[in-house]
Amino acid sequence: MTKTELAPKIKLVEVEAPDVAAKSQPGQFLIVIHGEKGERIPLTICGYDRVKGTVSFAFHEVGKTTKDLGKIEQGESIDNVTGPLGNPSEIKKFGKVLCVGGSVMIAPLLLQAKAMKEAGNHVTTILGARTDPFIMMEDEAKRYSDKVYLSTDDGTKGFKGLDFLRELLKTEKFDRCIVMGPVILMKDVSAITKPYGIPTVVTLTPIMIDGMGMCGVCRVTVDGKMLFGCVDGPEFDGHKTDFDELILRQRTMLPEERLSSVLAEMKGGCKCGRNKA
Amino acid sequence: MAETKPKPKLNRKAVEMAKQDPKVRAKNFSEVALGYTEAEAQEEASRCLQCPNPQCRSGCPVDIPIPQFVKCIKDKKYAEGIATIKSKNALPAVCGRVCPQEEQCQKKCVIGRAGEPVSIGRLERFLADWERDNGFQLPPKAAPTGKKVAVIGAGPAGLTVAADLVKLGHEITMFEALHIGGGVLSYGIPEFRLPKAIVNNEVNYVQKLGVDLRLGNLVGRIHTIPELMKNGYDAVFIGSGAGLPQFTGSPGENLGGIYSANEFLIRVNLMKAFKFPEYDTPIRIGKHVVVIGGGNVAMDCARSSMRLGSEVCLLYRRSRDELPARHEEIENAEEEGIVCKFLAAPLEFYGDEKGWVKAMKCIAMELTEPDAKGRRGVKQVPGSEFVMDVDTVIIAIGQTPNPIIQRTTDGLQSDPRHGTICVNEVGKTSLDGVYAGGDVATGAATVISAMGAGKRAAKAMHEYLMNKK
Repeated sequence: MTKTELAPKIKLVEVEAPDVAAKSQPGQFLIVIHGEKGERIPLTICGYDRVKGTVSFAFHEVGKTTKDLGKIEQGESIDNVTGPLGNPSEIKKFGKVLCVGGSVMIAPLLLQAKAMKEAGNHVTTILGARTDPFIMMEDEAKRYSDKVYLSTDDGTKGFKGLDFLRELLKTEKFDRCIVMGPVILMKDVSAITKPYGIPTVVTLTPIMIDGMGMCGVCRVTVDGKMLFGCVDGPEFDGHKTDFDELILRQRTMLPEERLSSVLAEMKGGCKCGRNKA
Repeated sequence: MAETKPKPKLNRKAVEMAKQDPKVRAKNFSEVALGYTEAEAQEEASRCLQCPNPQCRSGCPVDIPIPQFVKCIKDKKYAEGIATIKSKNALPAVCGRVCPQEEQCQKKCVIGRAGEPVSIGRLERFLADWERDNGFQLPPKAAPTGKKVAVIGAGPAGLTVAADLVKLGHEITMFEALHIGGGVLSYGIPEFRLPKAIVNNEVNYVQKLGVDLRLGNLVGRIHTIPELMKNGYDAVFIGSGAGLPQFTGSPGENLGGIYSANEFLIRVNLMKAFKFPEYDTPIRIGKHVVVIGGGNVAMDCARSSMRLGSEVCLLYRRSRDELPARHEEIENAEEEGIVCKFLAAPLEFYGDEKGWVKAMKCIAMELTEPDAKGRRGVKQVPGSEFVMDVDTVIIAIGQTPNPIIQRTTDGLQSDPRHGTICVNEVGKTSLDGVYAGGDVATGAATVISAMGAGKRAAKAMHEYLMNKK
């Protein structure tokens, strides 16, 4: 595998998996497992090269597993990459497409932006993040888009917040909007596009285990119906998704995730001066 | 009756198999049943009458020559005994533990008319465990036929088909979607009922027979069945199981703390969440767990919850007599302290401010007259609603087949209501060269019925392959 740092603690990893690469399409995801005692985590596909037989994914080192993945050295291999999973995005000529990506999900968003551009669309891309250093892949965004806007929550780079988007929609018409990022971003953008009736596609990232329809932990409510993020999604209509429920469901294992992460930090030798845990 | 003739004394009582004490085992994940010692196995084997026309064998879905292997135990010819079983069944260590023998071979045992039947399952387990301790021998294999077969799913049905066909000289590739083989044996049945070391051993055996097992390979997404057929496979067997969980549809079901049985068991068994944080996958379980359902899966969830330190109540909408779980499992569960609440069903789940379940509203049910099939229905008792405080709910009301293969295979006929793949009596689907069996064809059933379906399909596939130009 090869590894690139896109932003602080955000890494892009490319692995050799010819069978997976041969079938990958924008919008799909992988389940990555590393270590005999590792968990299964879903990561959205950020790119694939069918000739080289490689597929890539990005992750933010926030929990134990992503930190472990971040430690894998160049040239080493990852135990298991299952995929492609989920349904591919609908890529065709819509007209004017607005692509909105937040932090780590900017990487897979740009794969879609590129595909939309190649399908003949006019592409406007918004790169968003909490604060400056997390705005990433600006050059790639420019390459695949007709227009690029930047936005941060704290205003350290580009526009502050999403008010500029509210203004933009008053004057510009879009035929489709794609949002990938934190749930709160997808929720806010969907609320902004709704009055204009712009079909808005969100990529949901609920907790998953198997990623192929077995466990049901990824269930989400869309249009009042219970659907599975893995086999019915991961893309859904942003105007019909119950984001508040998703936010609560994403937090159900938070104490355990924190514990796991803290213990992993301590393994490298804790600061109390005793030997390794 | 010729009372004067010397006849072997009929011992009406079966030799008991030692089990962990309920109080101890309710706190650990080690295997509950400890297996026969050699002396116990000998004693039990000598109870067999060696009937010339053995009824037990006709009760076995995979047609194991039961009296023959039992005699081998009596004669201490253990290697021959296990070879006898393996001529028909590639997974004896599994079947000896989880088959409902009381409904199959043992139900037909003639001694059962006068006393307790011969404990065929325990004897099968004894031989399988003997082999594991003493090293196994590979059976003879037929000359290569040059035919290639893809087996989808490394569960009981797939493993059976793969083992049978590889011995007949076909080249087998087995595609498993998960990162560990065994299917439901790995992700579903808990460690204390079927240790995973044993499942691994059985999967390894099938690999040693020469089967190429590819893990993390979801057919339908990587390769579709038409692509496999185009890429040189002469036949395909679909044994993808019944992995799609069903939910009650009651309001509040998406609250935190409400698990499908599949999620709960996958976390605990496959991902070993009971060893969290040593293993990375967590499980969060409260003090008051309610398991909804009454089948073997519900029992597995209830008993696992108990072992994770919770008080467990099993909520079933019919009465004790209708519980679909194996009798032995119900007994084990009750011994361990699981409380059953019969004739009640959930109506709604209530959550706290963090979105975690805190209570559930239920309603009492009553049985109605049996239908044409003899199964009694249930109806709600008006005005009987009550509220229970709970902090974890596990929904174990059944699984249906995963639809990915059906959706990605043109021309493959399936039942729109149950999601099952339509097959004939030998497992042939609507597509030439494509067979299916196990839960994906029948809906959720037992390990052994899936293996039986695998056996029949393997036989039919062999004929198909040998007649194919």
